[in-house]
Amino acid sequence: MSEPLIELHNITFAYPGAPHPVFQGLNYQLLPGKHIGLIGPNGCGKTTLLHLIMGLLRPQAGRIVIFGQEVKREKDFVDVRQKVGLLFQNADDQLFCPTVLEDVVFGPLNQGKKPEEAIRIARETIERLGLEGFEDRVTYKLSGGEKKLVSLATVLAMQPRLLLLDEPTAGLDEKTKERLIHILKNLDITFMVVSHESRFLEHTVKECCHVHTSSCEFISIERWRK
Amino acid sequence: MSGIQEPFSEGNSLIHRLDPRGKIIVAGLFAVLVAVAKSMPAALAGLVLALLCLALARLPLKKVIVRLLVVNSFIFFLWFVLPLTYPGDAVLTFGPLSASRQGLTFTALITLKSNAIVIALMALVATVPVVTLGQAMHDMRFPDKLCHLLLFTYRYLYVFEQEFHRLVQAMKIRGFQPRTNLHTYRSYAYLAAMLLVRSYDRADRVFQAMLCRGFHGIFYSLRTFSWHRRDGIFVVVSMLALAVLLYLEWQKPNLL
Repeated sequence: MSEPLIELHNITFAYPGAPHPVFQGLNYQLLPGKHIGLIGPNGCGKTTLLHLIMGLLRPQAGRIVIFGQEVKREKDFVDVRQKVGLLFQNADDQLFCPTVLEDVVFGPLNQGKKPEEAIRIARETIERLGLEGFEDRVTYKLSGGEKKLVSLATVLAMQPRLLLLDEPTAGLDEKTKERLIHILKNLDITFMVVSHESRFLEHTVKECCHVHTSSCEFISIERWRK
Repeated sequence: MSGIQEPFSEGNSLIHRLDPRGKIIVAGLFAVLVAVAKSMPAALAGLVLALLCLALARLPLKKVIVRLLVVNSFIFFLWFVLPLTYPGDAVLTFGPLSASRQGLTFTALITLKSNAIVIALMALVATVPVVTLGQAMHDMRFPDKLCHLLLFTYRYLYVFEQEFHRLVQAMKIRGFQPRTNLHTYRSYAYLAAMLLVRSYDRADRVFQAMLCRGFHGIFYSLRTFSWHRRDGIFVVVSMLALAVLLYLEWQKPNLL
């Protein structure tokens, strides 16, 4: 069996001032090649889980191991973020450059790529997502669906080994959802996706994980729908 | 969607086409020189130079005047205070108060100088989009922190503005109309507080998203600036003009 991409050991996390911890003694493993849906009611910690993996939040106790390396400090997470992509719930949080191309090259340039190469990767990614001709569009003037797809392009342009998606279908119309499903189906990297939509999950993942305070319980799509 | 615009940065005049780096150098030197000038001829010459740049930049005159009005509304108050309080030979007396000649000259000098500097900055710096300005400063080896401060301030100004509009809309659709009563004041106070909290949160999330994409304190720029012959000519001509200013200042060091 291959080495897990992510291992969470006995994670405890509580938001400051909150009466109950979000996680207490949580254990979780993500194996490479998996496409997992994260499910559970609002506020059960799905987004928190993704943010813990990215190091945007730090657990009060427990160990996080990513790609076989234990990550503790900001420095460790800087390396993690080079290989793990997170698509934020709100695309407006993700896009911040004036034009689409500038936003998509932001990641590759941070990875130390030369401008010419960064532009080449960005254009390829934009093309792959069917966004040709968007390069010089102004990011804050895009429609909601376009913003979401461009955000996905900004993350994929970094060629991550693992992709985390936080409610990617929220607020999208059927057509854009179909496009997203198509994109995710043809993606050959491991991903975890938070979603409340059974139809979307059915088409994109094989397994779901119900997030609880102390465990992530694997259930099949069929069982969850019942 | 957004009300924050940079109307002066769009255009195709000679000034717009110049390399931003040259413009930043010239504008900076000009501002310092005019700010420390103490003689009327130097200040006047400064204003003439600034107006010349303005003419070359072909900015929309109406907008320029509106901006100048804002600046001069502050200076307006100086005209009330300075002539009366500056010691010197009285030229006008109003009861116990008297305006001094030196005071009037001094106020006129301040008016000339500030207008000259504002006009020059509009013509030279406001003709560069803020983002390009930040990148040009970075290219000129300005401290990274300064460039980031400029770029982030600009970026989050948008966030602030968007949140503001969202909140105002939320108030409007529930029938809010500003009146002179406690309800209005309280609602505005909530609006201000909410704006602060939400913008802070939002800014935090944008920063997190940037961290997730490997941001480590350095902005890489796709833009490469190219220095043309016309930029060289612009800088040389400007330096000569600044030398004339310096000469005028040196000739008549103090008018007061």
